[in-house]
Amino acid sequence: MAVDKNMNILIVDDYKTMLRILRNLLRQLGFSNIEDATDGGMALQKLRGAEIGLVISDWNMEPMTGIELLREVRGDDKLKHLPFIMITAESKTENVVAAKEAGVSNYIVKPFNAETLKAKIASVLGDF
Amino acid sequence: MTGGNASAALEAQLEDLRATHGDAVSIREIGGVVENLLAATKGDLMAADITLYSEMESLARYIHAAKAEIAALCPDEVKAEYLPTAADELDAIIAATADATHTIMDAAEKLDGVIETLDGNAQETVMTATTQIYEACGFQDVTGQRIGKVIKALKDIEIKVDALVAAFGEEIAEFKAKEQPGNTGEDRSQSDEDLLEGPQLEGKGRTQAEIDALLDDFD
Repeated sequence: MAVDKNMNILIVDDYKTMLRILRNLLRQLGFSNIEDATDGGMALQKLRGAEIGLVISDWNMEPMTGIELLREVRGDDKLKHLPFIMITAESKTENVVAAKEAGVSNYIVKPFNAETLKAKIASVLGDF
Repeated sequence: MTGGNASAALEAQLEDLRATHGDAVSIREIGGVVENLLAATKGDLMAADITLYSEMESLARYIHAAKAEIAALCPDEVKAEYLPTAADELDAIIAATADATHTIMDAAEKLDGVIETLDGNAQETVMTATTQIYEACGFQDVTGQRIGKVIKALKDIEIKVDALVAAFGEEIAEFKAKEQPGNTGEDRSQSDEDLLEGPQLEGKGRTQAEIDALLDDFD
């Protein structure tokens, strides 16, 4: 199935620089409808108010972290099947295991490159 | 008189009294026994006391020296001057790298904006270059997080130093009173090393215009 490049993607990070980097890289990959949020709470509000096709979220944010957001998403009947990629500097095994147990779709370790971002999105949404 | 000898002598004295007087012993003779008993006991207690006092004195000297050494480290200065300065410098690094990153991305986005106007090969080249710039800009996020951890560690140290300052306030004040300029005869004029504290934090140094004006004042 072809990936709908017009889908809304929600990027979540408390570093504005990282939001800008992700937005630019996603645009170069052909995605133009990109929403952003600077913490899990704001992200959750956006997820409940708009049709989002993919979440790419940082882990370490306040007051609601990325993994708390993920658990909220997986616990919500309307959002539980939403593709969710964690993109974080947390690279310990226990982090990856915890994210997997919480239902993450894929996991990107910072610093990352465009190729990795593309590959992980493809693994979740299909080739594009 | 040692413990063993004292006991034997007392025993002999009591035996002698019993043999001589039976149960009727004069007050004066009982006084003599008690005097001997006290003398023997006092001797033993004094020996133990001397050892204990000597240990305590040595411990007190050790504690006093340790307190003086801690006071000489001036933990109050570490808290008041060095720790906040270190945290401010690190905050300044985060701010400066964020500014630089945004400037770099502004330029890359401008290039991205003209990609559509370029031909095939040129378009590919510029696109690859801007992608690499965006990827490289990710360093700011990672370094920012690492520096954030260092700032947190400094705050933890500050809490420990606070406790030290509270515990050794008196000793620190005493040490400082002794070290006042004039009390030590030390030369307090500014050395070349004292002048090297840059780069200054925002608002702490002179702007280029102010420096130019200052230089003009010399002419």
